[in-house]
Amino acid sequence: MSGPVLCLVEVDDGEIAGPSQRALAVARSLASGPARADPERADPASAGLPADGGLTAVVFATLGGPADRAAADLAGQGVTELCVVASGELTCYAPVAWARAIEQLIAARSAAAVVAAATDRGAEVLAHLGALTGLPVAANCVAATATSDQNWRLLRHRWAGSLLEDAILAAPVALLTVAADAVAADAVADDGAVPEPASASPDASGQVVAPVSGGAMIPAADMPVTTFAPALQAADLRVRATQSAGQGGGMSLATARVVVGGGRGVGGPDGFAALEELAGLLGGVVGVSRVVTSQGWRPHRQQVGQTGTKISPELYLACGISGAIQHMAGCQSAKHIVAVNTDPDAPIMSRAEYAVIGDLNEVIPALVAAIRAAGGQE
Amino acid sequence: MTETPDRASAVIIGAGIVGNSLAYHLARLGWTQLVLLDSGPMPNPGGSTGHASNFIFPIEYSKMMMELTRDSTEQYKELGVFTQSGGIEVARTEARMQELRRRCTQAKSWGIPAELLTPEGVRKLVPYLDDAVILGGAYFPTVGVVDSLRAGTLMRERAQQLDALTVVAGAEVVGIDKAADGRVAGVRTSKGDIATDVVAICCGVWSPRVARMAGARIPLTPIVHQMISVGPIALFDGTEGEIGYPIVRDVDENMYERQHGGDMEVGSYAHRPIIVAPDDIPSIDEAVLSPTEMPFTSDDFDPQLERALELMPDLLGDERAGVRYAINGLISMTPDGHPVLGETPEVPGLWSVAASWIKEGPGIGRAVAEWMSGVTPEVDIHEADVSRFYSHQRTTAHVTARAREAFNKMYGIVHPSEQWQSGRPVRVSPVYQEERDLGAVFHETAGWERPMWYKHNRDLLDRYAGKLMDRGSEWESRWWSPIINAEHLAMRDRAALFDLSAFAILDITGPGALDAVQRLAVAQMQVPVGKVVYTSFLDDAGGFRADLTIMRLGPRHFRVVTGGATGMADLKWISDHLPDDACAVVTDLTSAWTTFGLWGPKAREILRHLTDDDISNAGFPFGTCREIEAEGLTVLASRISYVGELGWELYVPIEQGRRLWEALFSAGLAYGMVPAGIGVYGTTGRLEKGYRAYGADLDASYNLVEAGMARPKVKEQDFVGKAGYLRQRAAPPAAILCTLTVDDHACASGELRYMLGGEPVLSAAGEPLTDAKGRRSYVTSAGSGPSVGKHLLLAYLPPQQAIAGTPLLVEYLGEQYPVTVAVAGSTPLFDPANERIRS
Amino acid sequence: MDILVLVKRVPMVGGKMVLTADGQDVDTRLSGFTVSPHEECAVEEAVQVTERLGGTVTVLTLGPPEAADQLRDMLALGAHRGVLLETDGREWGPIATAAAIAAAIGELGPAAFPLILAGNEAADTGGYQVGIRLAHALGRPCVTGIKRLEVAGDLLRAWRDYGGGQEEFELALPAVVGVKEGINLPRYPSLPGRLRAKRAQIEVRKPAWQADGLRKIALRVPAGSAQRARVLGHGAGAVPELIRVLGDIGVLAPAGRAEADGTVA
Repeated sequence: MSGPVLCLVEVDDGEIAGPSQRALAVARSLASGPARADPERADPASAGLPADGGLTAVVFATLGGPADRAAADLAGQGVTELCVVASGELTCYAPVAWARAIEQLIAARSAAAVVAAATDRGAEVLAHLGALTGLPVAANCVAATATSDQNWRLLRHRWAGSLLEDAILAAPVALLTVAADAVAADAVADDGAVPEPASASPDASGQVVAPVSGGAMIPAADMPVTTFAPALQAADLRVRATQSAGQGGGMSLATARVVVGGGRGVGGPDGFAALEELAGLLGGVVGVSRVVTSQGWRPHRQQVGQTGTKISPELYLACGISGAIQHMAGCQSAKHIVAVNTDPDAPIMSRAEYAVIGDLNEVIPALVAAIRAAGGQE
Repeated sequence: MTETPDRASAVIIGAGIVGNSLAYHLARLGWTQLVLLDSGPMPNPGGSTGHASNFIFPIEYSKMMMELTRDSTEQYKELGVFTQSGGIEVARTEARMQELRRRCTQAKSWGIPAELLTPEGVRKLVPYLDDAVILGGAYFPTVGVVDSLRAGTLMRERAQQLDALTVVAGAEVVGIDKAADGRVAGVRTSKGDIATDVVAICCGVWSPRVARMAGARIPLTPIVHQMISVGPIALFDGTEGEIGYPIVRDVDENMYERQHGGDMEVGSYAHRPIIVAPDDIPSIDEAVLSPTEMPFTSDDFDPQLERALELMPDLLGDERAGVRYAINGLISMTPDGHPVLGETPEVPGLWSVAASWIKEGPGIGRAVAEWMSGVTPEVDIHEADVSRFYSHQRTTAHVTARAREAFNKMYGIVHPSEQWQSGRPVRVSPVYQEERDLGAVFHETAGWERPMWYKHNRDLLDRYAGKLMDRGSEWESRWWSPIINAEHLAMRDRAALFDLSAFAILDITGPGALDAVQRLAVAQMQVPVGKVVYTSFLDDAGGFRADLTIMRLGPRHFRVVTGGATGMADLKWISDHLPDDACAVVTDLTSAWTTFGLWGPKAREILRHLTDDDISNAGFPFGTCREIEAEGLTVLASRISYVGELGWELYVPIEQGRRLWEALFSAGLAYGMVPAGIGVYGTTGRLEKGYRAYGADLDASYNLVEAGMARPKVKEQDFVGKAGYLRQRAAPPAAILCTLTVDDHACASGELRYMLGGEPVLSAAGEPLTDAKGRRSYVTSAGSGPSVGKHLLLAYLPPQQAIAGTPLLVEYLGEQYPVTVAVAGSTPLFDPANERIRS
Repeated sequence: MDILVLVKRVPMVGGKMVLTADGQDVDTRLSGFTVSPHEECAVEEAVQVTERLGGTVTVLTLGPPEAADQLRDMLALGAHRGVLLETDGREWGPIATAAAIAAAIGELGPAAFPLILAGNEAADTGGYQVGIRLAHALGRPCVTGIKRLEVAGDLLRAWRDYGGGQEEFELALPAVVGVKEGINLPRYPSLPGRLRAKRAQIEVRKPAWQADGLRKIALRVPAGSAQRARVLGHGAGAVPELIRVLGDIGVLAPAGRAEADGTVA
């Protein structure tokens, strides 16, 4: 099979969603990696990278379709085809229908692989796709390399990124999800090995998709935009999102630019007023650690971590949070972490960039006062 | 972040209750430039202190532990972190009721408030307890709970206020350096190195790991103690503070139930012993909770749930109360249950302050701080001395085997003579097989298998029928046999042969040997070669440190013979007091020599069959020693006696022991000699002669004068403890060690009961006796006196009572028995003129 | 209503994980075991539904014999019945797992469980597939990521987070639902619950393992960060320095925000 790599791209407010950017990076490396022989294969004819069919971004047109800006961005990401899936029945998100559409697209394009971000939707759709096709799904990949026809070498997260797994996938079509909070740098190293992800290397600053470097780029003008109309059955539309309601206009934890985190050190439900105030001043929201929600101090939707929300703000101000790995799994995409903690030896200190040693109940009110004072002067 | 100092007067590793307390007491005693390190954060670095249930019962089985607990409680009170709640040990069985009676009796000896309760009485104090399940309880009103983390913080802060202490958290110790002379030189940590010549390991369950970095061994093992916390308990909703109801120890089930705020904590020692190697304890990063709060294994706890529900059905059976916290908490266990304190024998300057519970922590901190400062600790902690262990006792196999065996006896009914089953035999005499063939019943001391009595002597029972003072009750006859008394009578009538291979033999040699022993011993050591001296060693304050004999074998050669149990500690005491210039050295020859004792009126006749040397009374008088030729062997014979008979201790190289034993045995046959066990040597023979035993009758809280062991003159030469000794002599004694006889053994039911030691001595009116120093009178040794036909007790009595003929009472199992002071002081009850010994 | 809840035995891990020498597994010699928080919430949700509507909760797991411990833990929380699909300890992929569970449900009676709840994803593999694959095998509708659930007759309404808000789904029972932590606050086991769990009989079946195309070579621990936070100061005294840092990051002034947005896009 020598068709394209399909990448399910979620579009958020006209822009490619962050997790989809990471998925695209992995998909791109599968699509444009250098062809090379697998030395362990005896038959040279069957060796070599199969995926020379380009990179197709698959976008579902249910929520208003991609903005021009997203299309331009996709071209800049090395995408060779933008395929907009549209159908009269697909008025809203319907996981099985989406999976059915991709199943048909695989056949239509002879696709070699399907990649999606491991978001609620991406993971769900690929799981349905796996069930529909009987193919295995490799979840939470951070890098992927084709080693021969129908064989892929993968590096993926286990335990929400606390561990990495080297794995081999053997399947007619590779179905991969990409860890939503992982960095996927150029996934294929020169030697063909799946490299250590950037997030795991000691000097990694943090996040973000690696920019596409010149040689492999396809000019934007070469990216055709196609539409695909799947043939859907009623059963495929049995489950669909009927209603989307905002949370009282509140900002999303997942997308906030600033998250003010509170942990055990806050001391109790009353302690969060100061954090809310600070978050308000910084245009951000409050996030909390698991102990806070299990104590019932704050609702679970504010929980940051492996089983809560994964955040990727410019600033994560972690107050009274020790930094257990389950918590850090939710904030490793934060660009800057500043810790306020009484314990200079808390684990958060090796994750944070800056730290204030002290009681948050003293530091935060002082910080709020200082910001207010500065604002007043302006 | 605190800078790590590059130099310290002492580095204390571990900021649990022990390390904090040690830091505080060292600062109080004038130390400055102290450093307290921990790999974890403050105030809870993740050791056992952090998950302790934090309650304190004042009653203990060991006097040392009781005193350490008492001191700790006072310190907690002074810090303001103690809450008195009362505590009750409940009994589900009749055997336990008896044990609770013993507990209350013991409490009375030590002046601890205690009261036996009926089931209704228990329920009155603990309304949620089902009194149908129990037979009664022992109530200790002074039981309380403490905040040990807060106490540690306060003590740390006090040391900092004295400008004496730097605290470095998050510093992992990675090495301990030693100087060329083997002394501690510094501590290497993840946060920098510290030069120091004193290091104290207060690392609880990690102590063995840290000690090993310096090449020392601290024999303890981490072991799991399961605890759950159940809540919210509706009844506790209104409780002010942490605790409003007494703590219940369900001792028959090895469990406790203790209120903690709105929750009930249920702890268990009933599960299988779960040993965790110190190297396997997870790091702070790896641990889910803390390193010493290991994952709970519910299978192990499940059987205990039913027991707990039985006792507190409504409270714990509430479906709305959940198990909110459950851990396999790690605690330290040692081979003998005592803490491990003092400078390690392997590395000068390296101190072990390990295996402490919350209840002893501050007391141990104080005692060791005093010890480190050259001050004699107020509480005699020799039983906890790290140097007490023989090499085999420090092996992992031994430590874990004993921990496994002892774990489920945490709340067990433990007999004072209880024997270990695991890790035996280790040390056996050259005639071990012969002794087995004679039906020896072995008890263990310091790893040695010592015959307590010989079953093959049972035919003596008929011969001495009527004189054996046989014991009817199971408890008193446990680990005991009337054969002991028969062997005793046979010795007094004819002769007995003893195996004393467990003696520790320490030779002090060199040009400075005389000065060295002179400095250690209370007795005059400037004696002719061939003299045997019985003497005490004192500590700096004049308290007992050791009680032993010394033979002068040459102008520069002294041989110290001491008990196996104290051998290693005595060796360290001697080593520590030898001159630095190596003009005297001490050598442990325990494993080179075996010792037999031959005593009784026929001893000389028997020995004469083996030797042509002059062993007449004139030719080999009492109190002398010399080599003789016997049975083709060169035997060191020493004419002394711990049983009050004519005879000798006979020393030969260990490989020749069997030949000597067999020769003595066959020679003795014609005289009716019997093999006799330690039951005679250590108890019946000794007590009839009023000989004092170190550890029982002699400890640092009483002195030579009180023990009746002061000699007419004090030698001119200086010796350790001399000033204290002179002070003791100048004042009238506050108590006098007396021999008492029991006048009537019948209890209320008519059964004859025999005290085993530890019982309070009361006035004829039934009031406790307290001496001028506030010490209560209690039985320090007890045993049969077959030749005097009485059960004998030793006890320190105030001078008013220490008069022969004074009628008193002894309380035993809640009843009072009449006793009479037979002898005040050290005059023997049997053969007071010592004619037999000198015959 | 009779509800089936799927759970998975996983090691209880701290902040740092240790692997076996061969890199094939997490070293669990001294670990405790648990189920994922999502699954604990699924059990709690099922118990709450049956407390309201009647019925029973059956917990099912596929795992080694020791996984019976986790079933008992769930029984202690109020589940009524435990089913163990016993394995030899090998890791099972989602395809094989879902097939084995589907087969077991077939034997237990396909109509037995109008509602099947799963945790959204297992803590160790994060595969996000077993519930969905099972739904396909049973021909049932399925929705995942659910943080609120309402059962009314044969209709199930479920909500999950999306964007800044929530999206709602309506499913006809029988259905399969993947539940996320936060849907409820799970209770602690009571002592009587624990005792009932201890006495309960666990039903054991032994499905056959099958490969599913994805093969683990080895696990590794990501290289740790040697970084230490730069300490800006202590207590409130550090605030001026902290303000400066926040300014540099660009989260203080509105101008800084626009700038930062530009660099992201």
